[in-house]
Order: sequence, then structure tokens, then C-alpha cells
Amino acid sequence: MNTETKNEKTVVLDQDGHLANREEWTKELAQELAYHEDMGELTARHWEVIHYIRDEFEKNGDAPSIRKLTKESGVSTKELYQLFPKGPAKKAAKLAGLPKPKGCI
Amino acid sequence: MKNIVILGAGTAGTMMLNKLNKVLDPKKWKLTIVDKELDHYYQPGFLFIPFGIYDKEDVIKPKNKFFPKEANVIYSDIDRIDADQNKVYLNNDHTLSYDYLIIATGTEICPDEIEGMNGELWHKSIFDFYTVEGAVGLANYLKDWKGGKMVLNIAEMPIKCPVAPLEFVFLADDFFKKKGMRDKVDITLVTPLDAAFTKPVAAESLGGFLEEKGVNLVTEFNIGRVDNKQKKIISWDEREVDFDLLVAIPTNMGSKAIERSGLGDELNFIPTDKHTLQSEAYENIFVIGDATNLPSSKAGSVAHFQSEILLDNLMSAINEKPLEANYDGHANCFIESGGGKGLLIDFNYDVEPLPGKFPIPGVGPFSLLKETRMNHLGKVGFRWLYWNALIKGRELPMESQMSMAGKKVPVVEKTETKTLHLKNN
Repeated sequence: MNTETKNEKTVVLDQDGHLANREEWTKELAQELAYHEDMGELTARHWEVIHYIRDEFEKNGDAPSIRKLTKESGVSTKELYQLFPKGPAKKAAKLAGLPKPKGCI
Repeated sequence: MKNIVILGAGTAGTMMLNKLNKVLDPKKWKLTIVDKELDHYYQPGFLFIPFGIYDKEDVIKPKNKFFPKEANVIYSDIDRIDADQNKVYLNNDHTLSYDYLIIATGTEICPDEIEGMNGELWHKSIFDFYTVEGAVGLANYLKDWKGGKMVLNIAEMPIKCPVAPLEFVFLADDFFKKKGMRDKVDITLVTPLDAAFTKPVAAESLGGFLEEKGVNLVTEFNIGRVDNKQKKIISWDEREVDFDLLVAIPTNMGSKAIERSGLGDELNFIPTDKHTLQSEAYENIFVIGDATNLPSSKAGSVAHFQSEILLDNLMSAINEKPLEANYDGHANCFIESGGGKGLLIDFNYDVEPLPGKFPIPGVGPFSLLKETRMNHLGKVGFRWLYWNALIKGRELPMESQMSMAGKKVPVVEKTETKTLHLKNN
């Protein structure tokens, strides 16, 4: 075992690649997950969205849809796609340590 | 005299009216139903119109044919509901008071929600098939179409009948094969989902059908706008798909009257208790069918299963008893797969569509998640059942709660473990 092992954190991901145990989420972990997605340093605007969807999840038990995000968070759809490329609802939920939004069938 | 008002006389509203009419004492209760349209549409039939299998006459009957004669029927638009005052304001200047309200106002397509969708090409080379006008327009277009790129796009979820887009491309494949021009048509399904369908086991088998039929699949595509000049759809992340013919499933939203009443969510669907079907905001309002915000399918079978639960719970509310009937999210859908065959799926909130036999375990006659001729016959036969039994509120030999009997449960995938290296800072 080398010294780096001490700084390794093992997180369990669910089948969708989202954090399996929500309790493990920290801001530092969110940033790590962002690096992992090649998104670089998270900005204040990213954090606004992440905090908003965590609050929504607390209230409703599901991460919000893009439509709800744009209507209530004050971030436009265009900007959401710039902040969280390829599926902002899903990607933002991933960084926020929440399961993949259920969507409807 | 007490009043029950039902808003919307589609599948759900008409069923509820007939069921309530049978159980309530007409001396004590007045039943009123409101709808703006004189015609009842058999909506599952819209899918077949573009391919000339059904025409308009096959899917339309006058609404009043299905109402009990005692009911008070009003044909009018709804302005708004004042839920604090237990009143409904209609566009014909009438005001209705209610003791209990059942909202069954459904969902409608909103092409205006997407930039350029409702532009110069709308109903010229962009068609929906969720309205009679769209389906008939598409049928006329396809009659002499010489071929090219046919793109089917789902704008955003949820949509009414989530299997309809798949059925459409399956039937299109069959249609062009029969016309001897399949090699001249490129069919592409463009979806915001990450697979052909939302539920993994079904998505895998349905995705297999797409491949088999040579239908291209573009996933995670969230449409931002339509370019009418260059004939392409463009996603929010600037991916483009060219089309010659765009079959569009625009954003589905609840009624504008719900928005005017302040009772809806961001899509004008009404927050509803997923088990009791009572409105989350008002105890004397119940919601059924496509109008709810429930995470169940927007489909006639769902409205049917819900109608029995709603009837039980409304009677409990009237008798001041706890609401004990529990809707489990049960849905049951035939999926037309082309070539005179079909599939059947049966599922609820917790159990995704699984393979097996239905309704009699091990016997059938229907096969779940498997392509058979019998499933197709089930789908075709359902139209008769719909007009003659379902919306008249008659008992059907189907349980409102989903059953696990006859279903094969696949081995659950193990949770994937991943190691992430956290920086030391």
C-alpha cells in the first residue's frame, strides 16, 4: 500500500452511475464527480443549481425536470446546457448526489 | 341535493360518470359533466390513421351516446376553478357549485412550446398524430410520399401513451415495406430518453426490434428548436437531425384551465396523491387520468384502473370514512409491432414490464413482452371493448391492482462499485 491509499475514497455508485448512498455526499465529492465528468472547476452558477435541486429532492423525493429547473431556478435552458452538458437534469442530479430523475413513462 | 361535478368527458370522465350514476341515489345527488367537444375520440386509434388502417369515422362517436340519461351534460369551455369557493366558472357565463369535484381534463399537445415547431411547415411536412387533424393530414401526406428521411421526435417526457412512438415506427416500417419502398425511406426515432423506452428490461427488447427493423435511434436528444428553412431539428446542445418528414410529439401539457386555476405544476398537471387520487391541495377534489402528475403512464388503461380506486375513495369521502383504496400505478398496454403482430406490457409504480403470460399465469392467451399474433388481436379487439364496455363503466375481467403471477423476474444486476480518488486538500 502506498501513501496515496490514504487519500482514496471508495464511493458506491448505483446502476445509473449515480451515488448509491446519498449520505456520503459532500461538496468536495461533488467537485470530484465534476472532474470525473470532465467538467472542471464548478462555478457559483453550478452551485446555485446543485443546491436548488437538493432542496427540491428534500421536498419532493425526486430531482426536478429541466422544465421545472428553468421555471423556478432562474437559469435558462440554454445556460443549463452550457453548465451541465448533455442532459442537465441528469448530470446536475449526479453531481448533487441524487438518483437519476425518475421521469415518467 | 348535493353536487358532483366532473370536468372533462374523455375516457376517464365518462367512465366516472357512468360508475357514479350506478351507485349514487339520484334523489340526493346531482351529477354534472362538462366538456367542450361534442365528439368522443377513441384515441388509441389515432396511431392507425396515418397508415390508412383506420379512418376518421373509425375513431369518432358522439359523446352523448355514452352518458346516462339522468346526467346533467354541459358543452362548454372551462374558464377556471375556484377551489376555495367550490365553484367552476364556465366560458358560457354559467357557474357551477360542487360538493365534490372530479378533474379529468386530460392532456394536450403544445407545439408552441418548441421554437419553430408551429411554423410554416406545421401540418405541411411536420405532423403530429395525437390529434385527428394531425393524423388525417399525415395519412394524406403519406399516400403520395416518394420517400426520404422520416424522423419521429419526442420533445419531452411525459407524453400520453409512451409506447406510441415505438408503435408508430414499427407500423411505418411495415407500411413502407408493403408499398415496396422501404429502401427509399430512412426512419429515425429521436428521443430525450437514454434508450428506446424508460424501463430497462422492456427498453432492451424494444430496442432490439428497432434494430431488426432498421430504425435508427438517437438518444438523449432534447429538442431546442426546429429550423423550417433547412428542415432540421436542433437540440439544446446543438446536435442536428435532418428531416424530410417530421412526425412530432410536441410537449404534452395539462389543460390551460388548470393553469388559470392555479392548480397545476410546471406542465399544468395536478399534484395528486399517487395512491388515493385525491388532490394534494383540496380534500373534495379528486383527479384521474392524464390530468394527474402521477409517475404512471398517461394511458386509457391507467384511467380505467384508477376509476375503480377513485370510486371507492370518493364514496369513502362522502361517508366520512378513511380513503383506503390504493392505486398501485398499474398500466397495461398492447404494443403494435407491425406485420400483424404485437406485444403486451403490464406494470406498475414498482415493477417494470417483465416477460411472462397474461392474464392467466403460464397460459395467457397473451404473452408479455413478446411479439405474437394474439397480442395484435388483443389490440384490435380492444376497440370494441372500449366503445361497448369500458367507457360505459361496465366491469371488465381485469384487476385494478397489478399481479405478479405469471411474470418472470430477471436476476437483479449487482450494484456497481467504483473507486474515486479524492485529492488531498
